[in-house]
Amino acid sequence: MKKRSWFERIAAAPYVAWSAMFIIGPLLFVLFFALTDADGSFTPDNILSLPSYSHTFGISLGFSLIATVVCLLIGYPLAYCMSRMSERARSVLTILLMLPMWISLLIRTYSLMALLDNGGLVNSLLVGIGLPKITFIGTEGAVILGMIYDFLPYMVLPIYTSMTKLDRRYLEAASDLGCNSLQTLFKVVLPLTMPGVISGVTMVFVPSISTFYISQKLGGGVFDLLGDTIERQFQLADTYYIGAAISLVMMILILISLAVMNKFSDGGEDIIV
Amino acid sequence: MKFLSRFYIAIIFLLLYAPILVVILFSFNESGSLSSFTGFSTYWYSDLFRNDEALTALKNSLILAISSSLLATVLGTFAAFSISRAKNKYYKKIMESVSNIPMMNPDIVTGVSMMLLFVGVAQLLSAGSYLGFWTMLIAHTTFNLPYVILSVLPKFRQMDKSLTEAALDLGCTPVQTFFRVELPYISPGIVSGLMMSFTLSLDDFVISHFVSSPDFKTLPLYIYTQTAHEVKFSMYALCTLLIFAILVLLIAVNVAGSMGEHRARKKAGNQMRGGN
Repeated sequence: MKKRSWFERIAAAPYVAWSAMFIIGPLLFVLFFALTDADGSFTPDNILSLPSYSHTFGISLGFSLIATVVCLLIGYPLAYCMSRMSERARSVLTILLMLPMWISLLIRTYSLMALLDNGGLVNSLLVGIGLPKITFIGTEGAVILGMIYDFLPYMVLPIYTSMTKLDRRYLEAASDLGCNSLQTLFKVVLPLTMPGVISGVTMVFVPSISTFYISQKLGGGVFDLLGDTIERQFQLADTYYIGAAISLVMMILILISLAVMNKFSDGGEDIIV
Repeated sequence: MKFLSRFYIAIIFLLLYAPILVVILFSFNESGSLSSFTGFSTYWYSDLFRNDEALTALKNSLILAISSSLLATVLGTFAAFSISRAKNKYYKKIMESVSNIPMMNPDIVTGVSMMLLFVGVAQLLSAGSYLGFWTMLIAHTTFNLPYVILSVLPKFRQMDKSLTEAALDLGCTPVQTFFRVELPYISPGIVSGLMMSFTLSLDDFVISHFVSSPDFKTLPLYIYTQTAHEVKFSMYALCTLLIFAILVLLIAVNVAGSMGEHRARKKAGNQMRGGN
């Protein structure tokens, strides 16, 4: 085996160079911009000014936590129900679940906006049955609904995958040993599908907390989430520094929460779309 | 219980598809109204094709998706090969963690950090305009790489080492062994990595938003600028066309996949019968 080791080593060289330049490099630049001012000299001011954005951090965290919890509450039973269908029905349902994932987020958010708009279908139906119009766009509810609607499939799919992998004999054993169906659910099914839940939570929470299109469209520009703030800072060259500082803090927060969540699951490696 | 679970599935999927169906329906609406359907018309479709901006964006998207997915697949396959063969535990660990970074980070952080890299380098070189096709290509290749590695690496791990050893013993050079023995074996992983990269690249908006210039707009960027201020019905037409394209693609892949499976099963069956 020794004579081929040069090839094994050299094969990775382009990738090592690429990831040093374009994965590690950009992160160093975020760090650099977060800690410097326009003259390029070191300053802690960008980081120190972040407490004035605590409101933004607060509502972003709140909105995305609510969206994640609601997705879990809707998605877990859905995955459970789907996994108990016949094989034929399951393959159709899997395609139906994956189709929205392939449709651009922009399109789906935009279509939800079309439905909820002041002159949209929901409001014309409300007027049609004699109820007053409701303003959806520009409310907290609409933004959270947008997150739930856009990211629900990402919660369901990993949970569903771990449900289908579940060995039926465990469930039979649990009921033979005297568990009722509720006990089986909480003592057997839930712990065994925990890796799926962790991936699902990650895949809803991370895009929710960093979104800006959803809050721009459904929030009507009323809410300034973290994503909006970052996006705005990068439109003008002289505010890159604050934007970099916010990105840095968000990245660290997310990495910490991912590490904490992975601690809770033993086999949470398969975060696969 | 059975009825309840079916009802629940039906309700959730109905809600999931309601907005999409509304967009498809109203893209054929004669009047520019979202509240009532006045009559069938394809006016918004001809409106969409009247300016060729959408077509240019589609062309750009395809060029970018093809080039970045190919580049990522080549880089990623060699990287996966090297990771799977490496003896050093720390080297493996570092390589895998680094390749996971773009997947773990939110898109906006990846986009912003890429942009800062390009801005910083342009400042150092005191170059003027720097964003465009090449920065998009770099960014797309970078976020595609982990998905390629993720689909190729398991294939390398599953592969029986003695196949490689046999090839080497029988006089293949290491390069020949790679191309004649290992590459054919892992090709399903390469294909799925390539397809995943291609679709991710076509779909990406957030990262592109930060590293693009107005001269090179992809389809998602075009949709974003078009939907920034007002409701445009030609965008509903575009969305409908895209949804149908995706639907056809998904069904085709699925049919091809199940046909391939069927054939493989048949083949395996024949072999077993032959063996008996």
